Amino acid sequence: MIIQFICRAVLLGVPLLYGSTGEIITEKSGHLNLGIPGIMYVGAISGVVGSFLYETACGNELANMNPLLAVLIPLLCSLLGSILMGLIYNFLTVTLHANQNVTGLAITTLGIGLGNFLGASLINITKSELPSIALTKTSSFFKVQLPFADDLGWFGELFLSYDFLTYLAIIIALVASFVLNKTRVGLNLRAVGENPATADAAGINVTRYKYLATCIGSAIAGLGGLQYVMSYADGVWSNNAFGDRGWMAIALVIFALWKPSMAIAGSFLFGALCNANNYIQGLGTETQELFKMLPYIVTIVVLIITSMRKKREHQPPESLGLSYFREER
Amino acid sequence: MAKQPAIELKNITKVFGKVVANKDINLTAYRGEILSILGENGSGKTTLMNMISGIYFPDAGQIFIDEQEAVIASPKDAFAYKIGMIHQHFKLVDVFTATENIVLGLNDGKYNLKASTARIKAISEQYGFDLDPEKKIYTMSVSEKQTVEIIKVLYRGADILILDEPTAVLTPQETDKLFQILRRMRDDGKCIIIITHKLHEVLSLSDRVAVLRKGEYVGTVNTAETSESELTEMMVGKKISLNIQRDDPIDPKDRLMVKGITCVDRMGATVLDDISFTARSGEILGIAGIAGSGQRELLESIAGLQHLSAGEVLYQDPKTGEIENLRDKTPMQVRNMGVRLSFVPEDRLGMGLVGNMDIVDNMMLRSYSKGHSAFLERKAPKNLANQIIDDLEVVTPSAATPVRRLSGGNVQKVLVGREISASPTVLMVAYPVRGLDINSSYMIYNLLNEQKAKGVAVVFVGEDLDVLIELCDRIMVIGSGKITGMVDGRTATKEEIGLLMTKNTNEKEENHG
Repeated sequence: MIIQFICRAVLLGVPLLYGSTGEIITEKSGHLNLGIPGIMYVGAISGVVGSFLYETACGNELANMNPLLAVLIPLLCSLLGSILMGLIYNFLTVTLHANQNVTGLAITTLGIGLGNFLGASLINITKSELPSIALTKTSSFFKVQLPFADDLGWFGELFLSYDFLTYLAIIIALVASFVLNKTRVGLNLRAVGENPATADAAGINVTRYKYLATCIGSAIAGLGGLQYVMSYADGVWSNNAFGDRGWMAIALVIFALWKPSMAIAGSFLFGALCNANNYIQGLGTETQELFKMLPYIVTIVVLIITSMRKKREHQPPESLGLSYFREER
Repeated sequence: MAKQPAIELKNITKVFGKVVANKDINLTAYRGEILSILGENGSGKTTLMNMISGIYFPDAGQIFIDEQEAVIASPKDAFAYKIGMIHQHFKLVDVFTATENIVLGLNDGKYNLKASTARIKAISEQYGFDLDPEKKIYTMSVSEKQTVEIIKVLYRGADILILDEPTAVLTPQETDKLFQILRRMRDDGKCIIIITHKLHEVLSLSDRVAVLRKGEYVGTVNTAETSESELTEMMVGKKISLNIQRDDPIDPKDRLMVKGITCVDRMGATVLDDISFTARSGEILGIAGIAGSGQRELLESIAGLQHLSAGEVLYQDPKTGEIENLRDKTPMQVRNMGVRLSFVPEDRLGMGLVGNMDIVDNMMLRSYSKGHSAFLERKAPKNLANQIIDDLEVVTPSAATPVRRLSGGNVQKVLVGREISASPTVLMVAYPVRGLDINSSYMIYNLLNEQKAKGVAVVFVGEDLDVLIELCDRIMVIGSGKITGMVDGRTATKEEIGLLMTKNTNEKEENHG
């Protein structure tokens, strides 16, 4: 029971971890990307479209499908979709100096609209009776477990029973943490987000860093959408099922104090909090809703504690949300 | 000794929109010398140096480095030519350590902060800097931050150093220390270019002086063969008196009595500690101190913008002689009590004026509550705006121009004009001439003197000690939120005030350490 609860929390947390790792990298370049929910949504639907096309091309026969292609095609489609969304955001905010909040919200609206349009189209093509589309074959390839997971009892279930995207999320977060704190690229990126004029004067290409950080961040966030649909939801897409995970990922950034390594623990905690209502007996429908608020309440508490402690290292990047234009005087 | 040219500028021109910032500048700086670039604010000194350091790109003209033509399109190119610029506004990342800031943007093989720290320590020893490379920037004093900036360019191997007004934020003692280091670098064969408008520094430090006026190059003279008056004439074009007029106070009466005020900021640090003084009518009280010693909080306390944890602010009405306590009153309550207090804050466009509103609307910020109907009374503020534009020679297309589009000097004239028009009995000004050219500065000094002659108690927070000594009747010196001395403006010397300014800083560091 407890092990099942933890496993569920991890699975629920992984999309958040992708989303917040992506957003942390983006925010470190000084860009508050509120388009993350939309980008994650697009990342999910792009993967769904890719795998739908591949499944159809194989005549919907599991035997015809190449395991590698079945994973790679949705993966690449997902990356492509979310990077394109990131590029739109970048072009508007970095090149045209548009307001980041407005642009981000527009990207979210666009992404969710686009996702629902594509989702509804696919459902229409399949003439399915349910308002959803099932890609269980592709999902089975995504959910391949490590071979010896079943033999190791609770240990295997707790640590080895996940799909590869879960492990990838943790690896990406750890790599991001290392790059940000221990490498020159990370130092330069943090400088761009803290004080772009200083970075510029130091000879750092501010525009390139901002573009790359936002695009890489979007790509990572998009994988969160893909993981949700392929592993958590067993390959079943239905419109709006992704819910508010994107917003939770942004809240998690603040909870993690802009540290990807903290986001790992944070995402599992958020996953546990989201899921707690299903594991506590005797809750009414309305109290369940109250329990679903827990992640946000925790975020608010963290915000209060960090703003009381006033430690400069725990504050958001200084120029977060501001556009940078060199010859502005 | 044959002089070897390090950098030569030929016919450099730079235009911003319609404004010609630099026109046909020709200039040569040699190795092993300190060259001063002297000019008023807005004469194009900083623009010119920004072109050498790659921030701007010249619209016409050539730059030669070591007698080879050079194209400097970005700060990176400037590093490649071993040019390092120390900007007036420090370009440092606050949450980074000194070392991280110094290696920022560099690409010199393996990323190893420990090795970099060791090299920084070696450079510090070579030239006599005092710096802890592990210290975070936001905990540093201004002078330490400047040291980081200088080491940053030295670390990159710069041998042409450009310093933009390096002494503007330093105490006289810190300035002396900086000059010693600069001389040591010159003797080491580096070419040092220093931008300044302080004449005595030019004379004491540099080997040669190049003068700019309104974007044009006036000429270069050897420091040994020139004088303060010759340089001033080159700088402003006509001979103007450096003396600020100072009449004796007429019939001074106690107007504002500040008694033991203490103020704690949001972080819990004591920013004002038991401050007591009296401002008298018909005199200018100067307040000197290192930037951030509590000047802002002091003026805001009097204006009713700070919460005091102890002490009183007493005001004596000039007509009735009644004494009223202004403590814990809002600015509006203070005004309703009939106290005519005018305040020119240092943050002109933040606290003083609204940048996006035009001159008339900004006048209305003080008068919007007047008038009888439900609508705003626009006529009086419009007349006032036009009067200020005429009287103070504000350069603006019209009274309907947003204030933010005016230059710094004109913004200040609008603000001071508005505050004086309220015919105050107490006038508080903070850094009123910061960023202003000489002519505008003198206009402000004259306005303050006029107010003084009218019997207003003027409180003047300044940074230029020469001006404080020439303008003020009495000068109060504060350090770390405490009064460290009160001197007579007619007899005080700069050294004396400088010492008082730094008196408390050691103690402060211990408290924070």
